Amino acid sequence: MSEWLYSNMVKDHFMNPRNALMEDEASFPADGRGMTGNIKCGDQMLILLRIADDRIVDLRWKTYGCASAIASTSMLSEVVKGMSLEEAYRIKPEDIAKKLGGLPDNKVHCSVLGDKALRAAIDDYLQKTGREGLFKEESVVICQCLGITDKDIETAVKSGSRTWEDLQNATKIGTVCGGCKDKASELLHGFVHIYGE
Amino acid sequence: MENKRIYMDYNATTPLRLEVGSAIVKDLEIFGNASSMHEAGRAAHARVEAARESVGKLIGAPAERIVFTSGGSESNNTVFQTMLLAGEGQNRNEIVTTAIEHPCVINSAEFLRSRGMKVTFLPVDPDGKVHFDELRAVVNERTLLVSVMLANNEIGTIQDLRAISAIAKEAGAWVHSDAVQAAGKVPVDVDKLGVDYLTLSAHKIYGPKGVGALYARKGAPFEPLIRGGHQEHGLRAGTYNNIGILGFGVAAELAFAELASYGHDLARLRTILRDGFIERVPNIKINGHPREVLPNTLNVSFPGAEGESILLHLDLLGIQASTGSACASGSLDPSHVLMATGVGPELAHGSIRFSLGRDTTEQDVRYVLDTVPPIIARLRAMSTVN
Repeated sequence: MSEWLYSNMVKDHFMNPRNALMEDEASFPADGRGMTGNIKCGDQMLILLRIADDRIVDLRWKTYGCASAIASTSMLSEVVKGMSLEEAYRIKPEDIAKKLGGLPDNKVHCSVLGDKALRAAIDDYLQKTGREGLFKEESVVICQCLGITDKDIETAVKSGSRTWEDLQNATKIGTVCGGCKDKASELLHGFVHIYGE
Repeated sequence: MENKRIYMDYNATTPLRLEVGSAIVKDLEIFGNASSMHEAGRAAHARVEAARESVGKLIGAPAERIVFTSGGSESNNTVFQTMLLAGEGQNRNEIVTTAIEHPCVINSAEFLRSRGMKVTFLPVDPDGKVHFDELRAVVNERTLLVSVMLANNEIGTIQDLRAISAIAKEAGAWVHSDAVQAAGKVPVDVDKLGVDYLTLSAHKIYGPKGVGALYARKGAPFEPLIRGGHQEHGLRAGTYNNIGILGFGVAAELAFAELASYGHDLARLRTILRDGFIERVPNIKINGHPREVLPNTLNVSFPGAEGESILLHLDLLGIQASTGSACASGSLDPSHVLMATGVGPELAHGSIRFSLGRDTTEQDVRYVLDTVPPIIARLRAMSTVN
């Protein structure tokens, strides 16, 4: 077969997903649950965590999405198994894409959901154990499709994004349904004002 | 099994037919400029003109009304460019087309809109059909062009072009149809359809890529997109693409001769595939019109499974199809055709188009029917939606 669209690592995780939950959710009682994305946008992820001593001892996931979405969630699940909650909370989509041997440019947006779902699952657990917001600075989700928060926008501006195009390149915000553009542009201008033109 | 290759993407493109390839190879040494008067030129000219006859015959048109182009996109662009110039400063300067056209028509229409022309994209019903009352509501004495594709590339729905033309003609508008997908699969006759312009492409009918044609009725305005020499009676400049054109001619000749049996054979296989999916995969939706549909095109939505994932699983098992999912296009929007039929993004993202062709066998169809259900079951099992 001629060159595949994706790296061999993506192919392997797509064909043989690790820790995928093939039964219904009830079959894996979990301590933390996080869901992100939107079927309308073409991908959605669910992460279920089992936690002991603030470590991820086991996890399962479900994904509706393309090959890079499935492979990214699979890789993420391998990487964070055994991690402390705090380490897992700091995982970035770039870390996962790198481990997968890179993703095509137009596919990077498919990989940014897994870590959002993971953080949502950790937040869910923290909330249940009365430690809400332990790792989180207050943030609000702006881009519902990709789960991008106001904090993510602030971080992007801090790292140099000044225009809508910069912000899109940095975060892929608004590249799916585009419904968040007005709100996100407003925040972008606000942060640019704070952090300098 | 590991070397199995089943190509079910004939609407994207077709392989070169053996007969077409042989004709091209045989005439490869025909290098002359078909515009030259000497023997080398005359040899090329003869082949170009023979091809023009064959292409005309495929659509019931006289050879002299056929203009060779570089393909379907150029033909469509030529029509819209012509309308831009024909409508400039005139009262009659509105364009009516549909929401499910090929991007080269949609983007050409958008270009005309950007130049100040009024453009209406007609909606379609859930089967992908244009409704006459909706057409009537927008066509009037200001309508310059009505452009409606004969058969849709993604869902295969065939429009009632004859009736559409009649409505357009009544208002005095020109009628164009992109028949790139219909030609060779269903009968196409420019007089019966009542069109003034019709677009064809060679590579969709087992001819070479890079060559197409535009039929233009006598008296219909025509503005060359490419200006230069006097080739194509001054309607399309540029040295004749001898090899491409003669290949197109052979492909058209064969398509015309085999039209009835080709359509019949494909329709039988399509039915087996459609009924097999309905029987073996729960909760699916067949897209496109139930009867007025291309005999080779089957578009199926598998809710709960995403199209690109289905496609790549199929590819790894040797089945080559296409999807309307955003994730496979790079555009991030799901198929505009499926969205126009109102299926919604979930079904559009989970859609697969199987388009059959000359080399498709019943055995291939059975293999696909055995292969697809477990892929869908697996993707649905790991999906957040069931």
